[in-house]
Amino acid sequence: MTETVLEEKKVDKKWEPKIIAFLCNWCSYAGADLAGVSRIQYPPNIRIVRVPCSGRVNPYFIIKSLTDGWDGVVISGCHPGDCHYISGNLVARRRFAILKELLEFFGIEPGRVNFMWASAAEGERFAVLIRKATKIVKELGPNIKFQKEWC
Amino acid sequence: MVIETDNKEITNSIRENAKKLLSENQVDIVIGYSQGTIPLSSTLIIVRKEEDVDKLIWNNLCYINLARYLAPLMPQLCDSEGNSLRIGIVAKGCVGRAVNLLAAEKQVNLDKIKMIGFNCNGIVNRSKIDLEIGEKEILDVSISGDDIIVKGKNWEKKFPYDQYINELCKVCQIKSPSATEETCVGECQELDSIHDEFSDIAEFESKSADEKWTYIKDALQVCTLCYSCRQACPACYCNLCFVDQNKPIWFGKTTEFRDILVFHLVRAQHLAGRCVACGACSSVCPVGIDLNIITRKLEKIVKERFDYTSGLNAETVPPMMDFKMEDAEEFMLEED
Repeated sequence: MTETVLEEKKVDKKWEPKIIAFLCNWCSYAGADLAGVSRIQYPPNIRIVRVPCSGRVNPYFIIKSLTDGWDGVVISGCHPGDCHYISGNLVARRRFAILKELLEFFGIEPGRVNFMWASAAEGERFAVLIRKATKIVKELGPNIKFQKEWC
Repeated sequence: MVIETDNKEITNSIRENAKKLLSENQVDIVIGYSQGTIPLSSTLIIVRKEEDVDKLIWNNLCYINLARYLAPLMPQLCDSEGNSLRIGIVAKGCVGRAVNLLAAEKQVNLDKIKMIGFNCNGIVNRSKIDLEIGEKEILDVSISGDDIIVKGKNWEKKFPYDQYINELCKVCQIKSPSATEETCVGECQELDSIHDEFSDIAEFESKSADEKWTYIKDALQVCTLCYSCRQACPACYCNLCFVDQNKPIWFGKTTEFRDILVFHLVRAQHLAGRCVACGACSSVCPVGIDLNIITRKLEKIVKERFDYTSGLNAETVPPMMDFKMEDAEEFMLEED
């Protein structure tokens, strides 16, 4: 896709970001379920991938998602101290901190990658945070920097 | 001090210490630097006999990080039964750091390693010299006084040392290995932490996102994905690097910019808290990419977030293998 097409797309009001969400099986995935069961509205832009723990999310997944054309990435896990595997989310937090700073250093919008904590009981919070993440990515526009150049 | 005499003193001390270690049978082999086969370079030498120690040298072109040769236990470093040999290693500050890092990551056994420490006087930035010389062929390089003299057919050029020193060496604070007398002969020091202002990358960080992106794009676009930087890095010892994995293929292998970007991004991510700032990656880069800026940024992130400097000792657990409940999480998305 050429840059001009993407520019047009950005102006187009109908453009909606596509966001991939890696949700921890033990909390956020159930949180998303709870939001659904409780009929709390959140944007339909996210596509959910269930992972056993936020510690399972390798930085490869995040960068691969961006190169594969997703406009944004959301990673959600249990609050610190609540991890089903005791410390998976704490290990992940350090990785995410570094990735986020590196993205910023390379001049890539750090807002494309969002990290959040949401427990299984926080359907409302989950919906609010997803709304917020979608808003951030929407303002950034399509993911041009990772687009293929030759096609 | 004049660089030339400084180099000679260091060379002599290295030879003396190596001779002592070999003659007292404290080590089986000594890994060190020797004269390179092409100008502007140096190469690795493994000394096994006392009489060969005169082949060891030190000059400002010894950019290789020798710890690179410790991590994957090479057959040369084992005896006929496959037991690892006792190794003496010529260690400038950053080689010492790398040895400590490998020991902290349980890749080498410090009991079997003896460092030959000295006060490093900096490394010359080869790519900068290469760039100025251009297409002309270099026949001879020598260091006299404070100048590097590069000679070719019918031409000669002088490069003042203090202008062509590597950027990382300018801000380096760990000139001799951080070790105790048990693991190190010669110069060494015991460091717990260092104070660093990181003023050299503050300017880059203050740029806007677009300016950063343009800079990074211009700098990395010439990359040919030869992976020399990975090969030279003492911290890159994985059996299967993520770029070589083909099941699944994580990242593309074309020289399209996004593939280059992804390689450098993930490489940086892997080196967080592990990079020892030796500058070997930029020294070996065939197209002269300045990776030092990324290196310094990594050091800064780790220092500010986790108050850690890699390779100061072999006991502290590296930050990416560790976690704390109270780590900063200002980047997490929160409700308004």
